Amino acid sequence: MTSVATAPNLIEVRDLHVHLGESHVLQGVSFDVPEGGVTALLGRNGVGKTTTLRAMLGLVPRRGAVTLAGSETTRLATHEIVRRGIGYVPEDRDVFAGLTVDENLRLAERNGAGRYELVYELFPELRTRGGQRAGTLSGGQQQMVAIARALLNDNTVLLVDEPTKGLAPLLVTEVAAALERAAELATVLLVEQNLAVVERVARQVVVLDAGRVVHAGPASGLLGDRTRIQALLGVSGGGH
Amino acid sequence: MLLTITGLGLGAMYFLIASGLSLIYGLMGVLNFAHGAFLTVGAYATWWVSTHVGGGPGTQLLVGALAGIAVGAVLAALVELVLIRPLYRRPIEQVLVTVGLALVLTALVEAIWGFDARPFPVPPWLIDTTTIFGANIPNDRFLEIGVAAAVLVGLTAFLRYTRYGLIIRAGVENRAMVTALGIDVRKAFTLVFALGGMAAALAGILSGVYYGVVEPSRGTSLLIFAFIVVVIGGFGSIGGTAVAAVVVGLIQQYANYYASSGLGDLAVVLLLAIVLLLRPEGLSPKVAH
Repeated sequence: MTSVATAPNLIEVRDLHVHLGESHVLQGVSFDVPEGGVTALLGRNGVGKTTTLRAMLGLVPRRGAVTLAGSETTRLATHEIVRRGIGYVPEDRDVFAGLTVDENLRLAERNGAGRYELVYELFPELRTRGGQRAGTLSGGQQQMVAIARALLNDNTVLLVDEPTKGLAPLLVTEVAAALERAAELATVLLVEQNLAVVERVARQVVVLDAGRVVHAGPASGLLGDRTRIQALLGVSGGGH
Repeated sequence: MLLTITGLGLGAMYFLIASGLSLIYGLMGVLNFAHGAFLTVGAYATWWVSTHVGGGPGTQLLVGALAGIAVGAVLAALVELVLIRPLYRRPIEQVLVTVGLALVLTALVEAIWGFDARPFPVPPWLIDTTTIFGANIPNDRFLEIGVAAAVLVGLTAFLRYTRYGLIIRAGVENRAMVTALGIDVRKAFTLVFALGGMAAALAGILSGVYYGVVEPSRGTSLLIFAFIVVVIGGFGSIGGTAVAAVVVGLIQQYANYYASSGLGDLAVVLLLAIVLLLRPEGLSPKVAH
């Protein structure tokens, strides 16, 4: 286990294992996510970042322990875990293509009410495109719907998987701003390849390699060390 | 005209069976081979109740039909809760269970009421004919078409305007993401099974009116065509299912009349082969609407 902060931990992941077919994707992942701000989950492609988020939600069969605000969640069904206050923005957006934008948002509402003012403040376009089928939106607009679904409820944790993937630079800035705002409202665990976005929003980083945690600590410590970034992530730091 | 209306009546029955089948597969990925048995049990429950209540033939059929629909819904919901739910993520076992259940339920009906067909309580006004453009059309055809149209409108409205409809439409697209929004999709599963059971029972009742008798093998024989309709229409699509049901019903009737009796079934299988070759995903993609 690697502790990354002195702040109280909202999430504790312990010895998480996932097998997908013949592949042992997560091989005992352990890390903590302190309460508040953004913790970035980094690593090369295929090291298990997305699988970690999916395992935390029970979307893939897993072994190990995930504790949310002191309560163990691994015995719960996905919808029960989410109802403890988790919002999820999946890697491929996974908006419901045949549903309108309004229907996508309405579906995400829990307890019969949603924070629509916040969502429309961050993404005004969603208000005007409410009647449009989500499948006809651009990738950036679909990402707005995916983030809006997670922000609609009063969640304590947001699991956000590669929100800037495939987006134009202008939209990356817009999404980064939304993440900053989201981090004021909830604790964010962010999977992100774009180190410029990580540098802008993250307080803490956890780095995975081959299904294990190989580094955890303050974001500034890693992102300021180009040699270490190159060694851990295989890229040069900054400005991606 | 008679041929067309009869084809539409047949298509109406196919639609009623296939709509539940299509939603169940679209949402849950369950190939429910017991769906035909829901039809048979619903038809027999209707027949049994209608022969045990007083009143005229119309009242008997109405009371029996309400009971049959309720039995279909409860039976289907119980099957989902007791047999299917423990087997999610185990599709082979699900298929085996539904095939086994179909055999058991049919055998049970045969054990209780025998192998022979039983006369169905059909009010005389349904047997009478109405003349349209010189063709004498049995009135039951209008009932079948009307009921199927009402179910189509009702199901479409349910899917479009209710929260559960929203969940089902989303679940047909991406079940995992629905659960990741904090929604217990299992309740929708039970509801879809119950709705499918109701529609299948309704098809059983209308088939009793159409053929004038109920028999234990009715569900199995109609289920084959319902599966063809679902494949042609596209799994999970109510609109696609309706169109496919009408096309299959009409082609079957026309081929039987203009070519040779018995060629209707072959024509339907040919249509299936053509659709699978040209449009393997069916007429409508996997979106419930």
